[in-house]
Parts: sequence; structure tokens; C-alpha cells
Amino acid sequence: MTTDVTLSGLRDMPMSEVETSRKDFTSDQEVRWCPGCGDYIILNAVQGFLPALGLKRENIVFVSGIGCSSRFPYYLDTFGMHSIHGRAPAIATGLATARPDLNVWVVTGDGDALSIGGNHLIHAMRRNVNLTILLFNNRIYGLTKGQYSPTSEPGKITKSTPAGSVDYPFNPISLALGAEASFVARTLDSDRAHLTEVLQAAVTHRGTSLIEIYQNCPIFNDGAFDVLKDKDQAEGRLVRLRHGEKVQVGDREWVHDAHNDNPSQAFEISRLDDATMAHVPIGIFRQVERPTYDDQVREQVAQARAQSGEGELAALLSGRDSWSVA
Amino acid sequence: MWPICHNLRRRLESTEAIMRPQEMGSVAKQVQQLDQVVIRFAGDSGDGMQLTGDRFTQETASFGNDLSTLPNFPAEIRAPAGTLPGVSSFQLHFADHDILTPGDTPHVLVAMNPAALRANVADLEAGATIIVDTHDFTGRNLTRAGYAENPLEDGSLDRFHVHAFDLTGLTVASVKQFGLSRKDAARAKNMFSLGMLSWLYGRPVDSTRSFLEQRFANAPDIRDANLAAFNAGWNFGETTEGFAVSYQIKPAPMRSGRYRNITGNLALSYGLVAASVRSGLPLFLGAYPITPASDILHELSKHKRFGVVTFQAEDEIAGIGAALGASYGGSLGVTTTSGPGISLKSETVGLAVSLELPLVVVDVQRGGPSTGLPTKTEQADLLQAMFGRNGEAPVAIVAPQSPGDCFDAALEAARIAVTYRTPVLLLSDGYLANGSEPWLLPDVETLATIEPNFADKPNHETETGDHSFWPYQRDPQTLARAWAIPGTPGLEHRIGGLEKADGHGNISYEPANHDLMVRTRQAKIDRIADTIPALEVDDPHGDAAMLILGWGSTYGPIGSACRRLRQQGMQVAQAHLRHLNPFPSNLGEVLRAYDTVVVPEMNLGQLSLLVRAKYLVDVVSYNQVRGQPFSASELEDVFTTTLKEMHS
Repeated sequence: MTTDVTLSGLRDMPMSEVETSRKDFTSDQEVRWCPGCGDYIILNAVQGFLPALGLKRENIVFVSGIGCSSRFPYYLDTFGMHSIHGRAPAIATGLATARPDLNVWVVTGDGDALSIGGNHLIHAMRRNVNLTILLFNNRIYGLTKGQYSPTSEPGKITKSTPAGSVDYPFNPISLALGAEASFVARTLDSDRAHLTEVLQAAVTHRGTSLIEIYQNCPIFNDGAFDVLKDKDQAEGRLVRLRHGEKVQVGDREWVHDAHNDNPSQAFEISRLDDATMAHVPIGIFRQVERPTYDDQVREQVAQARAQSGEGELAALLSGRDSWSVA
Repeated sequence: MWPICHNLRRRLESTEAIMRPQEMGSVAKQVQQLDQVVIRFAGDSGDGMQLTGDRFTQETASFGNDLSTLPNFPAEIRAPAGTLPGVSSFQLHFADHDILTPGDTPHVLVAMNPAALRANVADLEAGATIIVDTHDFTGRNLTRAGYAENPLEDGSLDRFHVHAFDLTGLTVASVKQFGLSRKDAARAKNMFSLGMLSWLYGRPVDSTRSFLEQRFANAPDIRDANLAAFNAGWNFGETTEGFAVSYQIKPAPMRSGRYRNITGNLALSYGLVAASVRSGLPLFLGAYPITPASDILHELSKHKRFGVVTFQAEDEIAGIGAALGASYGGSLGVTTTSGPGISLKSETVGLAVSLELPLVVVDVQRGGPSTGLPTKTEQADLLQAMFGRNGEAPVAIVAPQSPGDCFDAALEAARIAVTYRTPVLLLSDGYLANGSEPWLLPDVETLATIEPNFADKPNHETETGDHSFWPYQRDPQTLARAWAIPGTPGLEHRIGGLEKADGHGNISYEPANHDLMVRTRQAKIDRIADTIPALEVDDPHGDAAMLILGWGSTYGPIGSACRRLRQQGMQVAQAHLRHLNPFPSNLGEVLRAYDTVVVPEMNLGQLSLLVRAKYLVDVVSYNQVRGQPFSASELEDVFTTTLKEMHS
């Protein structure tokens, strides 16, 4: 697989001169998720996908927050930072703005990204910083042992909601589209081919790419997405989105346009998904070109230097109103 | 011996006594020599008093007087016109000698309306001069300011020298030719007043003229009206019989060199740019707007030519998060805020402590708790800076002592941050931020250089002879960890907020390792003391029994009060801390060398608490939290009383 980097999210990032393999991206740390956790499959897919990207390993950085998903960076032999709860998008924004040569990923979960870090997530997407955000959505707090999350369905009985949750959940795709994210997609932990296809499109997109990954928590919310994985039911429920291809839901039929500047149609599609999971769209909802925050910041710096030259400290300090004392 | 300002008042009185207006006739006006003056400009927050003060300051600076300023404004942008909450003022102290404070009480109050008079007249001593715009001293405006009677007529100002003019009317007449609306015409009254005061004190006016030409280059009518009002004010001063004399304050003898006038926020911004230049690390500022720190964000956003990136974040947490992310990538990460913002940033400061990455956290302190007094000064965030995080999370703390000193303090904060891979809290305050003084420009070539010493190769050899990178391997001298930035081939590694094993840095829950890491992080901060100068004590005769210990912006009033005591023949020693954590190594020794140590602070005794705890020295705490800096005379009284009690 080769990647066209001229207009892509990978521009300015050095390509590796040697072939790399999954082994090069596997750290020496023992993976410590629960047996059967969907995170294993995602890690496996990412480790398998990164060599194909062809970037220098040292120029890849994974930044995470807090939660089960946020242990992700420890298991990849790239640069990585396991930060604090909810703040990974903010930290990654600083890093990506300061370093155009780095391929910056954010790994987060539904509690991390949508609850404590909701503000940073929407602002990263609004700014369109060149980041790839993997949002593992298992609709539960796992690491704190089973409280409902901002994506848990209403009425959910958990340790903190013995009488059923009365919270109304976020639809992460609708939220991202509301923030006018330039790349919004959904995939499943169990569908490695689809996951890899979406990852490829996301990482080469210039700007913020948000990928919601339905991920099973076998301990506290087992089977949350089983109806989408069950061979007999899945194809009836999954609505596969591919730009330019026909989509059919019930008696409605249309050609999917992910490149539409107006996010309204994508938003409407995102609303197909409800608690019954009768129709769950997966694939790329939206993929549009929009100037990125970090590119524009660097452009302003470059322009200032081109117009007036490098700053000179002595001239700056003395300013226009200085005087001499003999 | 009386303090100098009292001498001045006597001289003013004698001048006024001799030169009564009716005796002047057409004789050319006399020029009276003064050694120092404190002027306060006061008006509505929309009257342009800060601008007037700034311009007068600039004229005074270029004339060569020593000076110190104190702006004082409400948090509201435009409180209702003519009311007490809407009054904004700017105080300037200038002299023919070295001065340290903006002055305790104004010798001259310029009041642009009844509210400005009422809000400030209580700060004047008998014999002070009041220059007042009479235009708004009418029924409703008087009531709005809380006056039942017109104070210009009821004799309540008899103990002052009042110069009452219809400045608004004079201004409107002077700009008539430009056809402005009455409202726009009246707005030039601040420039009329500035022109008048510039004449009164013999200020050079070219810089104000060129300033007005540049500022209003795109609005020729407004530009010309302001210039005309400024010139008219000058001419009015010269011709009116209302002023019998003008004053001359000779330039102050200063160390030779090139100077500029500078505020604390500006100096701090420049210090950060200098730190970037001297370290070779690009400056990245992540900040959320907050008074009184926003001016640093504004200033740094202008310096893209230096490669400075400013990120206006969605909140305080994102501001520091982005700065830390940039630091991780090899920038000089900085975040700027005030007290409430520090509260929000605490968790990320803790992360930076754990990651051991450089980070400069600027806290321009204001009155607290909570929203508190946004535009007023205080130094009550010291303990928050010291302890405001979960776990054992020591950080270095540095504080500037004057507006110009904010430059050096910022450079020092960056040096410590980069050298020791640690967050550094830089504690400025509202008084330093907005106050100004003449600043001797440093020779940029002699500024400290900062060495990032990035790791670029493996630093560990395993038993099998393999080479690997250990991010928590430390420099034996400084205990700073090895810092490899992303993009460094072969040094890929992961760091995080979980406890890390000594050396290789992988997650570790080992009890002994945690104990070691906690102690090591503390030891690293303690070792900063090896590279900071010993605390110097100013004790001219070396035989004082009382030491005054301060930190931050109290340097000016403490120094000024100490001078007054010495002028009266009393012995007093002064020491001022630049480093609050760690303290200079000799601090305990210094404290124990005096019978009494007085610690004045604009809080309820935070430094006192720290030095008592650390050195078991029973210091005398003196505190006020009025949102205003100490006055020198207040401290003079406190120090004098303490000395007397010591001898009794």
C-alpha cells in the first residue's frame, strides 16, 4: 500500500527508508486488558496497519487520557504519552501545532472523550487540528468498575444507577458533526478489514479525524454490540456508508455524499442510530477539506518571517521609545 | 528627618504662598524646582485616564526622571458613567532621584468629574493640589457621585489647592474647527488635560504628538482634534492665570546605558521571548484570557517573527495541556493565567511534575478567593503554587520584584524549567503587571544561555550488551532526567502520569520504587538551590538587629520604608526572595542572624508560614489584603514600632 502524501495528513512527516513490520511497533510491555476485551483487536489492527503507513516510527506519537483504552500507547513502540483524564486532545493540539513532522494520534474512550474531556474534544474538531482520534466506545466506565457513561442507554442499570440511568446519552457521531469535524467515521472492533480501511482514510485526511469504534467490554457491558456482530442480524442492521455508493434503509435510497460541505445530510444519517440499533450506519459519514488550525498557525509564523525577517532580540527589547543615559 | 514627600509638600505650599495669581500680572511665570511629584489622573473608565497616564509616563521617562506607576481600574469595562464604581485612575511618581514606589499619597489629583474627585480625595493630604474639570459639577452628576452639595463651593476642599477649570468646555472650543459631534469633541479632554499637565511639569511633548499621529492615522479628524486639544491644553497652562508657576524636576542620575519604560507584563513577555532565543527552543504559549494576565497573550501574539506560537485555548486546562504537549515536542511550553486559572491547571501541573517536562506556569496574582478582585493586586497564591496539587508534587517557584525585573524572573523560570525538566511557577501580580518603571536594557549577548541537552542516543546498556533508552535515567548533578523528543530515532519510549520505575520508566507499582521516585523528584527540586545565588542582605552598616524579609512586588514599598528608617538614623536590614522554592541555601543562616525578622505580605502570612515551618524562626508577620500595594509610610510605621518594641 502506498500513500499519496501531497495533500494528506501525512505531509511533512518523514517516510521510513526501511520496511517495518508489526514487530517494530510492538513494545516490550505486557498487555493488561481483560481477556476478551475489544481493545486487543483494535491494538492488533493498529499494529498491523502502522507498517503500511510507511512513516518513520520515531515520528509517530500516541497520546491518551485515562481509562482502559488510554493504556494503548504503552503497547506501541512509538513515542507516547499516557496523560490525564480527558485532556489528551488539548495536549495533542499543542504537540501537533508545534511539530508538523509528527503523526499524532489520540486514543480515548467514551468517558474520557465525551464526559470529562468533552470540551477539548469538540474544540479540537472545531479547530480541525491535524490529529487522528480513536474513540473507543463501550458505553460503560470500565477502569472504575462499571458506572454508566455518557453513551450508556437510558434506563441502564449499573453500580451507580441501581434504579436505572436517567441520563440521556450522546451520539458521538452527531456530536462530531455538530462541531463540524472534517472527518467523522464509525467502525466496529470486530471488523478488522473495515477498521483498517477507515484508519487508512482517517490518518491520511488532513485535519481532525474522529473514528468512533464500537468496542465490547466483556466485564461490565458484555454484548453491547452483539446484534451488530451476529451473522444473521448484522447485515440487516448495519448501514454501510461509502462515498458515491448507494445506500438503502427501508424504502429510502440515496447516494452517499461524504464530501458535502454542509454536514446536515451526514447528521441526518447519524440519527438513524437509536437505542434499538435497528439501523446503525458505519463507515465515513463526512470527509471534507477545510484549512487546519495548525497549518494556519505555522503559515502565520512563516509569513511574519517572510515579511519582516527573523526577530532580533535587541531591537525588540529597546522598542521605539528608548533613551540613553550617559 | 522628614521623608522626602513631606519636604515636597512644604515646598509646594511655600511656592503657592508667594505666587498668588493676582500678583502675577503679565510677568513671565516662575519655574519652581521640585525633587519629586506624585500625580494621580482620575476619571470615568471611558475617559481615557490610562492612556493619559501612559503618555505622561512616556514623556517623563524620556525626560530622564526615575518613575514608578500604579494604574487602578475597575473590572467592569464601562461601569455607568459618573458613578464611583466607574472611576479609573493612574498614579505616577517621578523624581530627580532613585525611587521604588508609585508614591503613597498624590501631591496632585487630576479629577475629570465629581465621582473621580469623591473616589480619590480621601487619599490626599492637606496642602495637595487638585486640578478639576468643573464641567460635570452639576445637579444630577453630583448626586450620581453621592454629593449633596457641590464640593467646589461648600468649602469642603479648603485644605487643598484647587484649580477648577471647565476642561470639557475648553476642549470642545479648541477642536471646533474639525466639525466633530459634541460627544467626540469632548472625548479629547484627556489630551487637553495631558497638554496642560505637560506644560505644568515641563514634559517633552514630541513623543505624544507622534503617538497621536500614529494611533489615529486612519481617522484624520480624530487625529487632528486630539493634537489640537493637546496643544490647546499646553497653551492654556502657559497663559491661564490659574497656574502661577510651572515646575521642573531634574532628570535622575541613573546608571549609564539605554533605557525604556516597561510594564511587568511586557517585561515578562520579553523575558519569555529571550528565553526562547537563548535556549533555541521555540516558544509556545497556551493561554485562556484572564485579567490581569491577558496582556502577555496579546504581546506574545505579536512576535511570530521569533517563531512564537500563541494558542488561545478553549479553557485554562487546555491552555496548559497544549503547552505541555508542545514542551513534550521540544518547545518552551508556557501557560499564563491568574489565580482561578491556576486552580484549574493544577492537575496538569501535577502531570508535568510526573512526566518531568519543562513548563513555565505564569500566575499574575490578583485578589482572591474565587473571582475575587480581578483588577486588584494580592500575593495570596504562594501556598497554592507550593502545595496546590495531589500527592507529593514539588515545583520550583520564582517571583519578580519590580516591573522590569519580570524580564529576569521569566528568564530564570525558563532556565530552571529546561535544566531540571520541571514545571516552574512564576508568581507575578497585578501591581507588577500593570505598573511600570524605567528599565535598563540588558546586553542580549550576556544573557544566560539555556541548554536543553536533548538525549540523542541510547543511555543504557543491558547485561546482554544491548543499548536502549531510559527516559528516567538522571544527570547525577542535577537529577534531571534524560529528555528525548519525538522524532529522535531509536529513542521511542512512553511516559505517563502513572508511577514509573526508576531508570527505564515503565509503569511500576513497587512500593520501594514509589518511595524512591517521590524522594527523587523532591531532591531534584531541592538541588536547584545549588545553582541559585545566596540571598543578599542589604544592611548598610552591618549592625541591624531587625531584618525585613519580602518576596514579589512588595520590594518597592519595603525598600522605600527601609530608606526612610535609615534616614532617621535607625538600623534595618532588607532581604528579598527571588526563589520561593527552593529557598536560597543561606536563608536559614540569614534569618537566625537577626533578633527580629518582619515579613510583610499582601496575604495572611504565607511566606511566614513557610519559613517558620522550615527554619523554626518565629518571624513577625505583617499583612494586608486591600487589593493595593503597601504604602511606604505604612511599612515605615510598622518597622519603626517593631524596632521600638525590640528596645523596650
